[in-house]
Amino acid sequence: MAAVKLRYFAWVRERIGTAEEDIELPEGVATVRDLLMWLQKREEGYGEALRHPEAIRVAINQEHVDHKEGLDGAREIALFPPMTGG
Amino acid sequence: MGSAAVTPRVRIQQDDFDLAVEAARLSAAHSNVGAVVTFSGLCRDEDGRLSALELEHYPGMAEAEIMRIAQEAVARWPLTGLTAIHRHGRIAPGENIVLVVAASSHRQAAFEAAAFMMDYLKTRAPFWKREHLVDGRPGAWVEAREEDDTSAERW
Repeated sequence: MAAVKLRYFAWVRERIGTAEEDIELPEGVATVRDLLMWLQKREEGYGEALRHPEAIRVAINQEHVDHKEGLDGAREIALFPPMTGG
Repeated sequence: MGSAAVTPRVRIQQDDFDLAVEAARLSAAHSNVGAVVTFSGLCRDEDGRLSALELEHYPGMAEAEIMRIAQEAVARWPLTGLTAIHRHGRIAPGENIVLVVAASSHRQAAFEAAAFMMDYLKTRAPFWKREHLVDGRPGAWVEAREEDDTSAERW
């Protein structure tokens, strides 16, 4: 099991109800997709935030990754909606 | 091209910026500047509907991601200077949100690099806009536009 910091932004943060949390990754959660599926089943807010997991953007250690990416070496994983800056 | 690539200047800040000062900085930085393209993006009021936009960002990653985009720009175009400034926090209609200044010996590189920077900033820089309505209520999160993805794909 590995300890990671999860960070949430914009409506993902609002629906989950927290900006960040430290978690232990359970056995079998090896990729970004695994993480999204596991989080989705936690509590109501997570289910609501991650109802359309394919729409969620993810960064590991502050770099964009796709959903196939492994979680090895991840210290900080951020979940957020498509970006709307600029 | 780009044998001695310049170091981009990237700032993430709450405060406003001065277009003239930032353009002058790049004009003065090099003796062979022939073109300076300055792009600024402003907050609209959406025909009187909005009192402000609030920009949330991912501190740390915002700087790092814009620097990665800027490094790609200086590697692809022969620039003499490149600046990107993105504001966060509450921004009223008419105020600045983002600035890109690209300088080069010739205009084409400066135009293209500035357009590339903006297309990539919109789709990859971790910022999210939320509307504030004129009646004081918080509005919706702005949705990402497909045209922005299409625009970024041309590079």
